[in-house]
This record gives sequence, structure tokens and C-alpha cells, in this order.
Amino acid sequence: MVKVFIYPATSLMLSDLVARYGHTPLGSAVSIREHIQTPGFDSPPLQMTAEDPQKGLKWAAVEVPSGIRGRMSLYGPLVEEAEAAIIIDEPELSFGCMGCARTNELLCFMLREKDIPRLELRYPASREEGVTFVAQIKKFLDDLKKEETA
Amino acid sequence: MKPYIPEYVGTVTKYVFVDSPDTTPQDIATAAYEVAQGVMVKETCFGCQITGSPEDVERIVAHLRKLDPYRIFVKDRGFPPGDARRCRADLGGARPGYLGHEFEMKMARYISYGLEAVDKMTAEELEKAAGTPLPTEEPLDADIVEQLFMED
Repeated sequence: MVKVFIYPATSLMLSDLVARYGHTPLGSAVSIREHIQTPGFDSPPLQMTAEDPQKGLKWAAVEVPSGIRGRMSLYGPLVEEAEAAIIIDEPELSFGCMGCARTNELLCFMLREKDIPRLELRYPASREEGVTFVAQIKKFLDDLKKEETA
Repeated sequence: MKPYIPEYVGTVTKYVFVDSPDTTPQDIATAAYEVAQGVMVKETCFGCQITGSPEDVERIVAHLRKLDPYRIFVKDRGFPPGDARRCRADLGGARPGYLGHEFEMKMARYISYGLEAVDKMTAEELEKAAGTPLPTEEPLDADIVEQLFMED
């Protein structure tokens, strides 16, 4: 079972397909869960604390806005843990503020720089593309399984 | 700031989505309740949310997937159901979020079709299907951009 980082990290379809074909999806829910199940100090509304942007310093420099560093404190550990990655090119659903946009850019850059198996594709727009989309992901994940057992 | 004592420590929460002409969200919730054995199941308009120990949640998800294997989609959720920071009952008004789910559920029918087709494929057919590149959008021509820019 390989830990596969999914981008967009909140993707339902990627999360489902990775789990369906026998691997562990690494998405934002994993780090959010860890975050909210850890005792500490309450800092409404989303349990982000002053420590998070400091943790993010490991992946983003100090002059980078705290919003990006805060987000990286959630995604950074997952990227480090990841053994493979599936990236959707320019997903509309990850459109957001500049904090989100820059975090997404940094995230994709880190995944592309990391020496791990990577699949890049885009969302399907027809049934035929749906077949290709699923086939590409299945083949990628099957190959990971073969590499793991080899 | 005040001390924060987390709830449901050690549990996982999963969303179960269904987009099928044969299986309704109510069917999913009923089937989940049947095998729940004390695990928290919350019925929703798209399927259900299941909160419990990882083994229990996995057992229920495996049971639900059998109902409509190609049209049920499962995803992790960070917050448990009813969490005061996300729940509409506490926040009031519409809940933020679900935009990503709405966006992706539009293509659920393509992916369901793909899952069914890929499941019936031989290794060679899978190799061939995976080798087909997904078409990418043509970048906008620089001359057209200039023309649009110069228009009043």
C-alpha cells in the first residue's frame, strides 16, 4: 500500500480512486483530522494557532505570507510522507484567494521536484475521457503495486 | 484562548456519495444503519457520513460499496459531523464548502462509466486505454488576445 498525495488535496474522485485501487490517499482531510484531534489551545474558528505559520517555515520562507505558511503546515508533512502523487492540471475547484493560489503553486512545485512517481492528467469532460481518466489512474496505481512487491 | 479538548479522538470520518439511478442516498443510509453496530452514521442529501474507529468505518464502507460499486464514491473528512466549527446548526445560514464536491459530482457519471468499462478490460486493453492522452485545451492565440485587447 503506497501513500499517494492527491492534488487537489480535497478531491473526492481522486481520493476514492486511490482507495478503491488499494492505496492510501493523502489529502487535506488527513491533516485537518490530525489537527483537530490534538489537544492544545482553542483558537476559533478553525483551530489554527499561532504555531502553524511557524511550522510552515520549513517549506516556505519567512517573507512568504502567513496564509501560505499556515496552509503549508497542513500540506508540508503530507508531501514529505508521500511516495507517489496524482496531480490534476489546473483544476477549477481549487480556485480561491491568492493564499490558495500560491499554496497550490508551491505544492505542485514541491511534488514535481520530489523524486517520486507522478501522474499528471486533467478532469474528464465526456464518457470516453472518463474511461481514459480511470484507465490512466488504474494503470499508475497498479504499477505502484508491482514496484512495491518487486 | 482557552484549553481545547478534542472530541472523537482516534476516530475517522468518511463521506459516502452516491449518484445513481438505482440507489438513493436513503438506501445508502439505511444500509449503513443496518451494519452500524453503534458506529455514528449521519444521513445526508448526497449519501451519508460515517464516524467511528478506522476498522468499523472500513467495514461499513466495504458493505456500502457492494450496493452500487461504480456509482458510490468515498472520501475522508477532517471534522466529525456536528462539529460546532462547521455545523450549520451552530453557525447559522448556509454552510461554507461543498463547492468542490458539487464540481466533482458533475463528472461522476463519466467516472462511473469509466470505472465500469475499465473493470471489464483485459491487461492489454487497459494498457491501450491508459496510453490515450486526455486532450488539453488549446492556449489562446496571442493575436486573438491582442485583438480583444485593442477592441473598445
